[in-house]
Amino acid sequence: MAKQVQGIEKESPFKRKKRRGNKIPYLFISPFFILFAIFMFYPTLYSFYLSFHEWNGIGPRTYVGLSNYAKLFSGGGLFLKSMTNCTIIFFEYVPIMTLGALILASLLNSRYIRLQGVFRTFIFLPYVTAIIAVTYSFQYLLDTNYGMINLFLSWFGIERIAWLNSPTLARICLSSLITWRWLGYNMVLFLAGLQFIPPELYEAAKIDGATPLQSFFHITIPLVKPIIFFCIFLSTIGTFSLFDEPFILTSIGTSTGGGPVNATLSPILLLYNMGFRYLRFGTASAVAYLLFVVLFLCGLFEIKFLGGKR
Amino acid sequence: MNLKEGKKKRYFKKILLYLFLILLVAAMVFPLLWMFSAAFKFKSEIFHFPPTLIPKNPTVSNFLSLFERFPFGRNLLNSAFVASSAAALSLFFCSLAAFSFAKYRFSGRDFLFLFLLGTMLIPYHVTLIPLFIFYRRIQWIDKFWGLIFPGMANAFGIFFMRQYMFLIPDELLDSARIDGCSDFRIFLQIILPMCRPALTALGVIFFMASWNNFLWPLIILKSDKMLTAVVAIRRLQSGPLWTPYGLIFAGSVLVVAPLIILFLAVQKEFIAGITSGAIKG
Repeated sequence: MAKQVQGIEKESPFKRKKRRGNKIPYLFISPFFILFAIFMFYPTLYSFYLSFHEWNGIGPRTYVGLSNYAKLFSGGGLFLKSMTNCTIIFFEYVPIMTLGALILASLLNSRYIRLQGVFRTFIFLPYVTAIIAVTYSFQYLLDTNYGMINLFLSWFGIERIAWLNSPTLARICLSSLITWRWLGYNMVLFLAGLQFIPPELYEAAKIDGATPLQSFFHITIPLVKPIIFFCIFLSTIGTFSLFDEPFILTSIGTSTGGGPVNATLSPILLLYNMGFRYLRFGTASAVAYLLFVVLFLCGLFEIKFLGGKR
Repeated sequence: MNLKEGKKKRYFKKILLYLFLILLVAAMVFPLLWMFSAAFKFKSEIFHFPPTLIPKNPTVSNFLSLFERFPFGRNLLNSAFVASSAAALSLFFCSLAAFSFAKYRFSGRDFLFLFLLGTMLIPYHVTLIPLFIFYRRIQWIDKFWGLIFPGMANAFGIFFMRQYMFLIPDELLDSARIDGCSDFRIFLQIILPMCRPALTALGVIFFMASWNNFLWPLIILKSDKMLTAVVAIRRLQSGPLWTPYGLIFAGSVLVVAPLIILFLAVQKEFIAGITSGAIKG
């Protein structure tokens, strides 16, 4: 990212004249910084402050030191549970989805396949739908008694499966939903990257006797490596900030999802429950902060990784 | 003979490949079809085994009761209002800041821009609790402004617009200045019209993000009439015994249809928009 900043344009009179003592450029960027201060910076600090307190939002605020954090980390703490869930979900879908997206992108990028545009549009379509709507659709598809999936399995003589009642299966369902929705998005990112690989490279490899599979491993993968990292980076953030999908997928009545037995509980869902169901603002802020630190470290790691490579 | 066989084999491979792609497309579309079909079913058919993909007695009663028994029409309007004002205001403020970063020189510019990029690392979830408390104090609970304001100037939007504005030649701005145009008029009358493709892409991205936003409106919107459509869909599910899928999917169809239409209308710009971050990394 530092590269963009360095890419300084050649001097123009428009810029030169406006060099000293001009307030206009500051005026133009001020809305961002003012909004940032009010809606991001101040809340971020306040959240930090709150994480050391116990408060239900109305009564007195009591300082409790690190006890909110300690509670989250202690044995059977729900925060660890939620992080474990997301880690499992991450490994369930990210490798498959990222590799799948890359393979699809190479397929649709080659001149070998026709109607590429149509296939691309359809595979991308799930991304432009409302998460809430499609999560309900998955919930109904997976319904034990009335769902299409179990009907489909019954054709092969497989007994009805209570998909959303088993911790392992529920997590797999959640992973499939995420893969379904984001496969096309990742594919499109790869397609954009593949456009920059000159076709001559593949032709040369072919002349040298390389099979398509060899070309894929020795040309495509090394050249799209930065995009692979970018996709994994986005998936990391996405997985650890899951909310809508687990909230809806396993919910019954007015209960919030996250079940069965907290198998699909995500950190944000925990934050929501702590903050807005049990009104434990201190604990909820501690959850937010722990997640913040984890994501921030992931982000820094990734930027360094990517920035160094380029 | 051998040549012919090789050709046949390749042909077979190709057919397999197409079959795979067609199956994949079917898997992608199926949950949407399932939702669409259930929206036109009576409750008795929804909770019936074996399930049907094409409703036996199609009905629009789900849609009717959505509008008669619930303020869903109002909810859709709320979503439209919130999403379009969020998109319009964000576009304005993001391009304004991007204009400044792309076309001016001022001290601290590079530092401020780096800082701005850094803000993208803060997950907005960390602000949920404090903003909720803050909104309660300034009485923004159950108000649309609370949804529109926080996302109004965002770093991604500024980054995106700035990239595009680098393409606009400085000479054009110079000549406008010589003609006596003010900075703000240059922005409105030269920069914005020239950024149209970028504005379309970003506008659609913002619109969809706001239309789909669930968590924040779920927290700050309270009364049925003020809900956005996606939160209203969640509210339909209230009884502990069964989920009113008919109503939920009727609402879902109405929420998803505008998104798909919008996407198909500006597909090229939209995809260029979402991929721009990946390529520039």
